[in-house]
Amino acid sequence: MSTTDPPKKMTYRDAVREGIRSALQNDPRVFLMGEDVGHYGGCFAVSRGLLAEFGEERIRDTPLAESAFVGAGIGAALGGMRPIVEIMTCNFSLLALDQIMNTAASLLHMSGGQFNVPLVIRMATGGGKQLAAQHSHSLEGWYAHIPGLKVLTPATLEDGYGMLASALADPDPVLIFENQTLYIMEGELPANAGPVDISSAKVRCEGKDVTILTYGASLPKSLEAAAKLAEQGVHAEVVDLRVLRPLDDATIMRSVAKTHRVLIVDEGWRSGGISAEISARIQEKAFYELDRPVQRLCSAEVPMPYAKHLEQAALPQVESIIAAVQNLVRSHG
Amino acid sequence: MTTAQPDHDQARRLLWQMVRIRRFEEKCVEMYSAQKIRGFMHLYIGEEAVATGIIEQLRPEDAIVATYREHGQALVRGMSAGSIMAEMYGKQEGCARGRGGSMHLFDAKTRFCGGNAIVGGGLPLAIGLALADKMQNRKAVTACFFGEGAVAEGEFHESLNLAALWKLPVLFICENNLYAMGTALRYTESKTEIAKKGDAYNVANAVVDGMDVLAVSEAAAKAIATAREGQPFLLECRTYRFRAHSMFDAELYRSKDEVTEWKKRDPITLFFDAMKAANVLSDADYAAVETEVAKEVDDSVAYAEAGTWEPVSDLTRFVYSEVTAS
Ligand SMILES: Cc1ncc(C[n+]2csc(CCOP(=O)(O)OP(=O)(O)O)c2C)c(N)n1
Ligand SMILES: [Mg+2]
Repeated sequence: MSTTDPPKKMTYRDAVREGIRSALQNDPRVFLMGEDVGHYGGCFAVSRGLLAEFGEERIRDTPLAESAFVGAGIGAALGGMRPIVEIMTCNFSLLALDQIMNTAASLLHMSGGQFNVPLVIRMATGGGKQLAAQHSHSLEGWYAHIPGLKVLTPATLEDGYGMLASALADPDPVLIFENQTLYIMEGELPANAGPVDISSAKVRCEGKDVTILTYGASLPKSLEAAAKLAEQGVHAEVVDLRVLRPLDDATIMRSVAKTHRVLIVDEGWRSGGISAEISARIQEKAFYELDRPVQRLCSAEVPMPYAKHLEQAALPQVESIIAAVQNLVRSHG
Repeated sequence: MTTAQPDHDQARRLLWQMVRIRRFEEKCVEMYSAQKIRGFMHLYIGEEAVATGIIEQLRPEDAIVATYREHGQALVRGMSAGSIMAEMYGKQEGCARGRGGSMHLFDAKTRFCGGNAIVGGGLPLAIGLALADKMQNRKAVTACFFGEGAVAEGEFHESLNLAALWKLPVLFICENNLYAMGTALRYTESKTEIAKKGDAYNVANAVVDGMDVLAVSEAAAKAIATAREGQPFLLECRTYRFRAHSMFDAELYRSKDEVTEWKKRDPITLFFDAMKAANVLSDADYAAVETEVAKEVDDSVAYAEAGTWEPVSDLTRFVYSEVTAS
């Protein structure tokens, strides 16, 4: 592809698939393994068609044994391969939490720097599809607690496509969280799309009145809220965190210094969540920039209910983001 | 069928249970298309003989642990079709107040302990229920249903070992429908005879034709009797799901011919034809069952439609208990 080609219209799902395809094409050490990635075509149809293209060795269906195949991914990474392990949803990743935390994240340190684990784990995250309490949670902030891991939350087509290559190039374990509701998002992937940086947050919408710090499925919601707020004369700056570990403090503090008011929007739970961490960092590093206390809009502290009206009420929404911003701006003294 | 003949009433009841599951789920599909039901919904159509054959042999004090494919188990256990339909509608009259949906049906009264959507997640729970029964000298059995996909999870192995080690009254029922979502058993198990895995843990085991409700009943009776004496039992039921894994499945992984072949062994037709040939049931019996069931299913929809939405102000209820601990 050359830079003069027009961008390609596709969904986020397609972009993730193209990212996987290009990784498989570019590096013979790369392979994809997980439940139903092959014959079924991927739980969320991300890997559809890849089995026919790359064969069973490299598109490897696993038994339902999360702990074993994540552990196998760690071993394969140690052995010189570059595995992409897919876990259907982050709720199921808990069956592999021991391998992720006690082995993948700790090995380099425990071995005194001898064994790094170049493993990439992709998983779906998030609610909003009425899948109830065992399929709908957002555990990315929780994983961001663990030293040794990098935690990515692609929320655009470019990131869905490009973060994978960067993660594979990283010498350490990287977790990529793809929000389930983003798979159908349509957009354009530039013809020259390629690896993207996996260390910084990005301002997705400039504004001077208030900063919205967010990621994942709350990014499109926050951008929509910002557009509506702009019509009312309130200019919100929307920062896409992109990487939850390590957090890009510099970009966050720069925006805080510009707007002096902050709303954190996070689909995870509030207590002990990534929003609490970000809020603490702001008060540590930019306290005197603040005109108002940092505000948080998170998911309700409840295992996700099935009923639509309850689930929608549990999640941050465009309306609740707007209301929270209005509150921050109005009460400016 | 080689098993003992049931009498007219017994046969009619088995037919009735299987037809209930079939027609109820067909209605669920209709309501899913009408967007009254959402989320993941997994159908049991084709596998009715398993839940029917087994649960009909249980006593009221026995417990059941099931998976996300559990409409059939819930119906046969005696949960009302209305409370199940209302649950799938997300109404507060549902068996879990609309909090759980299709994958999480619960009913404390009948010791129906869910509705677990983590593959393999129910097995350890069954161990604990059986342990509690044993420690309190109750002669109850816990019947634990799971798919053959769950056999690859560590919990399967850990649970079988515990059950045998602690001599627990558990009946493990593996519903082997050959596929875990779209992955065929041959791609996931080095040894595909599942019942035999019980041998490794000293768990008595048997294989049964899961399309033959009488064969399942007979095997269940023996297995439950063994379990009730404190010897766990693993019963592998060979069956097949006629529908997609869930409502989102394009079924790229199996041929239409394979499905057609299996449909020739439809558990309802198979059973009714045999009973008719043996002069146990008549066409009139079948028609009467269909009429009864049609009414029950229609009533369940009416009940769900008339149900109400739990107020949003109740969103964070049931995170902690509202009664004090005893
Ligand atoms: C721990 C875990 N991993 C993956 C899944 C996703 N999943 C749901 S059902 C299913 C297939 C299970 O197959 P099986 O146990 O054979 O039961 P069946 O659906 O055939 O009745 C999978 C992989 C899950 N729910 N839980
Ligand atoms: Mg199965």
